[in-house]
Amino acid sequence: MTSATLRHAGWILRGNPLTGVAAAGIFFLTFVAIFGSWLVPYDPIVSDVAHSLMPPSAAHLAGTDQLGRDVFSRLVVAARLDLAIAVSAVGISFALGAVIGAVCGYTGGRLDRAVGRFVDVLMAFPLFVLAMAMVAALGNRIENIIIATAIINLPFYIRFARAEVNVRRNLGWVEAARACGDSHLSVVLRFLLPNVMPAMAVQMSLNLGWAILNAAGLSFIGLGVKPPTPEWGIMVAEGARFISTGKWWLVACPGLALMLTVLCFNLLGDGVRDILDPRMRT
Amino acid sequence: MPALAATTIRAGRRLLSSLPVLFGVLVFTFILMRVLPGDPAVFFASGPNAGKEEIEVIRKQMGLNKPVPEQLLLYLYDVGRGNLGRSMMTGQLVTKDLRERLPASLELTLAALLIALLSAIPLGVLAALRPGSLIDHGVRLFCALGVCVPTFVSGLLLIYVFYYLLGVAPDPTGRVDIFASLPPSRTGFLLIDFLLAGDIEGWWAAFRQLILPAASMALFVLAPLARITRASMLVALGSDFVRTARSLGLPWRQIVVTYSLRNAILPVITIAGIVFSTMLGANVLVEKVFSWPGVASYALDALLSSDYAPVQGFVLVMASVFVIVNLLVDILYGIADPRVTIA
Repeated sequence: MTSATLRHAGWILRGNPLTGVAAAGIFFLTFVAIFGSWLVPYDPIVSDVAHSLMPPSAAHLAGTDQLGRDVFSRLVVAARLDLAIAVSAVGISFALGAVIGAVCGYTGGRLDRAVGRFVDVLMAFPLFVLAMAMVAALGNRIENIIIATAIINLPFYIRFARAEVNVRRNLGWVEAARACGDSHLSVVLRFLLPNVMPAMAVQMSLNLGWAILNAAGLSFIGLGVKPPTPEWGIMVAEGARFISTGKWWLVACPGLALMLTVLCFNLLGDGVRDILDPRMRT
Repeated sequence: MPALAATTIRAGRRLLSSLPVLFGVLVFTFILMRVLPGDPAVFFASGPNAGKEEIEVIRKQMGLNKPVPEQLLLYLYDVGRGNLGRSMMTGQLVTKDLRERLPASLELTLAALLIALLSAIPLGVLAALRPGSLIDHGVRLFCALGVCVPTFVSGLLLIYVFYYLLGVAPDPTGRVDIFASLPPSRTGFLLIDFLLAGDIEGWWAAFRQLILPAASMALFVLAPLARITRASMLVALGSDFVRTARSLGLPWRQIVVTYSLRNAILPVITIAGIVFSTMLGANVLVEKVFSWPGVASYALDALLSSDYAPVQGFVLVMASVFVIVNLLVDILYGIADPRVTIA
């Protein structure tokens, strides 16, 4: 990173301080995800029926659930799983999408058209429904939640990388690399892909929030994560049974955790976009 | 009417060009359900300890002993005849189940879209009229928060506030009270059926059941709609023809609604189409929260009990609805902007 980029980033941050707040939020979340399970006041799995369904208090910051488990501890411990699912899903679709899209955009022709058709078909499904069907077909496990979320994100990355590579493939520096005797593979890997990375990174940070909502939605309907594993989506699902008797904290607390996480990722995504890709500023 | 003819031709062409995609959807669903692990014959067998011979017989009955390409052809033939298989849960044909439940889902989704459009467009217009004002920032904050709250959480919180705290909403399960009498089913859309039957009390009851799930779905898609309305209104308001209209002293209402909004509505239609697809997915979550008897909750129950024919049928129906919606958006686009038909 050159000093000019840093200065530019500083200028953006001054104009939009929310980005800094969001970055701090993500940093905090990551900390919670890594160390949270050692810091929580209660065991997130062990039940204590004598203290079940208690509203938030000093002893239990977010109340207790139907088995007397401390909701706050469960929220903290769940951060790791929720983030891990979203980050690995988006990481997979980023890596695969970048390579497939770049190859298609560079070579064009029949392969490009075939992949384009496949992407069209994928996008003809309502994406959440597609993820549901895939988890059903692959088997109801956490790995498959990740795979399904990765696949429904894939079309966007393929299209994006394809378009970005396509506009660059006939530029002077690509031609120069070819003239110097670089193979096609080396041109794609060493010159084109690094060039589209910043734009892809923006796409990725904007995508993470959506991936978290998606994974939480899947576990809310009973796919993937099994109780008693703490996870935000499934905590909402378990709390849903008690909402019409007024036990709001069982839904509101994991809901708030989801909302703040997604909000941080969205704000950070907007900020990163402003820093890396000034053309797309809104 | 040359405009009408042009629109029809465009729609026809679009329909034809979406056929390959629909075919792809068919094949993809087939592969998803058949080739990936999980043997349907085992699920259809009498129980977990069914004998090997029994499974073999079922396999033969279902045509699973044939090579995969032949199975695909048989499947396509079945779908072509409108046979989507039989559900193990309900024991009925999947097509029948889906037909009974689809209106409930569509009614919910369309109501949600209507709510979202009716609130997003005024909000977007207001924000665009006074950029940088309190309203503008308020709308932006509301939108930023709206996309972050999962539909299932907002639905549950709406239940908490309006059912538990305020007591103004009815019991949040299903489309009508269990003891209420249903109107004769003409369209399957309860609000329309009640109106046709002249039963205002029933209509009101059904409306009250519908409003919470629809609102929680609308909340989630409000943000993209309001944002695009604001952006395209800003462009329209800054254009030359609006300046001309202003300088001619035309009434404010005419400038904003007749000229600016009419021109700004095109991107909103496009986004509304995309949003509709998101809502078809969100249906699954909302229908579960509100025990809404639609196709999504049907597919979900089937999914959780490894009953694959309904899931397959559901995915197909959703994809087809999606293609139809895209087609409608295209036609609307042609109506809203006559220039599109010429291009």
